[in-house]
Amino acid sequence: MARADADRTRSDKHLHEAALRRQHTREQWSVLSLVAPAMIVIVLIVLIPLSWLFYLSFLGDGGGFSLENYHKMTQYKSYYRIFVTTFEVSILTTLACIALGYPLAFFLAQLPPRWAGVFMLAVLLPFWTSLLVRTYAWLVLLQKRGILNEFAIEVGLWETPIKLVHNMTGTLIGMAHIMLPFLILPLYNAMRKIDKDMMHAAANLGANPINAFWRVYFPLSLPGMVAGSLIVFVLCLGFYVTPAVLGGGRVIMVSNQITAILENQFDWGAASALGVVLLVATTFTLYVAARLFKFDAALFGRD
Amino acid sequence: MTWWNRPAADTQITHGGRLWLYVLSAIIMLLLVAPTLIVVPMSFSDSQYLEFPPRTWSLRWYEEYLGSTKWMRATATSFQVGLLTMLVATPLGVMAAYALFVSRHRATKAIFLLLITPMIVPVILIAIGTFYAYGRVGMNNTIAGLVLAHSALALPIAIIVVTAGLRSYDLSQEQVARSLGATRTKAFFLITLPQIRFSVITAALLSFLTSFDEVIIAIFVSGGTNATLTKHMFAALRDYIDPTIAAISTIMVILSSALLLLTQFIGSKGKRN
Repeated sequence: MARADADRTRSDKHLHEAALRRQHTREQWSVLSLVAPAMIVIVLIVLIPLSWLFYLSFLGDGGGFSLENYHKMTQYKSYYRIFVTTFEVSILTTLACIALGYPLAFFLAQLPPRWAGVFMLAVLLPFWTSLLVRTYAWLVLLQKRGILNEFAIEVGLWETPIKLVHNMTGTLIGMAHIMLPFLILPLYNAMRKIDKDMMHAAANLGANPINAFWRVYFPLSLPGMVAGSLIVFVLCLGFYVTPAVLGGGRVIMVSNQITAILENQFDWGAASALGVVLLVATTFTLYVAARLFKFDAALFGRD
Repeated sequence: MTWWNRPAADTQITHGGRLWLYVLSAIIMLLLVAPTLIVVPMSFSDSQYLEFPPRTWSLRWYEEYLGSTKWMRATATSFQVGLLTMLVATPLGVMAAYALFVSRHRATKAIFLLLITPMIVPVILIAIGTFYAYGRVGMNNTIAGLVLAHSALALPIAIIVVTAGLRSYDLSQEQVARSLGATRTKAFFLITLPQIRFSVITAALLSFLTSFDEVIIAIFVSGGTNATLTKHMFAALRDYIDPTIAAISTIMVILSSALLLLTQFIGSKGKRN
């Protein structure tokens, strides 16, 4: 009798467990189904078109599989020049952003949070303003008879107006201005998380301020700086508007070339192949970054 | 002891010793802000040419802008697409962020990565890809096509903002409501949504702005009577420069500053609660 009871409770327990597990699974799926609409949008706009481009890039003139679109890239010197320009602009812009962004992020991180919030508006205002508006502003500032040339001549930096726009100089100035907030925001967040006691300890152990900065603070801020730099670098790789306007046709980056191929030759295969190369370079950079650092923490830590 | 002799940091460095940092930071902040604001005085110039500072003042470029059918139509399109993008991306973003936050499913990380791809993939690729795909289904130059593409760009931003809001909210409140008999939907709308409303509003504003300021997809996918403001502006910057652009830029700067201040205000209010 007692034994039969025990058996029954055991099988009941099994039944309950199974039912609970089933309910749990159903619940999990019903919650997860809420992401479906967002996923449909991404699949329609990103995944399907990208796969299509990928397919087109491997399509030869005859309609079969071919590598000729990629082969062309190694053949022509113009392609080589475009890749060099793209990397040159991206690296120089990133370096300029570090040089300008690090001191400002450091300054902001040292302020009491309330004041940092006020000064942060100087970083956020350009961040929120249309990139076209800022590119336009630089076009005006940098022109031959623009304010920068006039100011420099008045101060005596140079004598005759020099060409600052429709070339590499103008492109770099405009790009650095547009990218700066992308470096400052993650870097500032990383700096805010540095434990103040570390600097107390360094001072207490006899380090002078310069020593304490270079040997304690700077290494601790490095992950934030690298994360910010990588974001800037990756965004630069795919940049289109600023080189098109401030470069005046002399600075041709990958994105500009993709557009040019489509506008002039209507060659979808060549344009897609170039796009695939750009995507691979971007993904590779981000993959390395993700492996090296807790990347998402730095990227999404701004709340 | 004057202020500049006082220690400024934890290493006893004085404000005086840091003067260079303050000066440098002030210069960098000026460099950041000035180019954005310079379009404002420029738009009130009377000259055909771009000059700063303007010699004579007038409102002629605003009259030009307001009197032009092309610019007015483009402005209307941009606002329409921006608002529709906001209406699509915000609810979809909230749903996705909530699901990914609550679910303990193994796939959540992969789904999150998929949903933020529009942030990683260069926009030019999304632009030519959708242009090609839309060409096949006849969706180029339509409002719906542009809204869909802009929603894809706005979704990751909305999801990240709402997720940040959910992180600072205690989910057990919703569980309490459910244990008292509310369905999940009811508990979400009555308990969770009111508490994350500030991040939802921020997500909505950012979605609008993402669409309103977007250039590259608009260049490819929008056109004809449905061309956006940014498409016309880009063409104007590349081909001929007309000070009307300064007037339009001023309006855009005022719009984005207003939205920025609004989110800052919402943010500080959200933190206090």
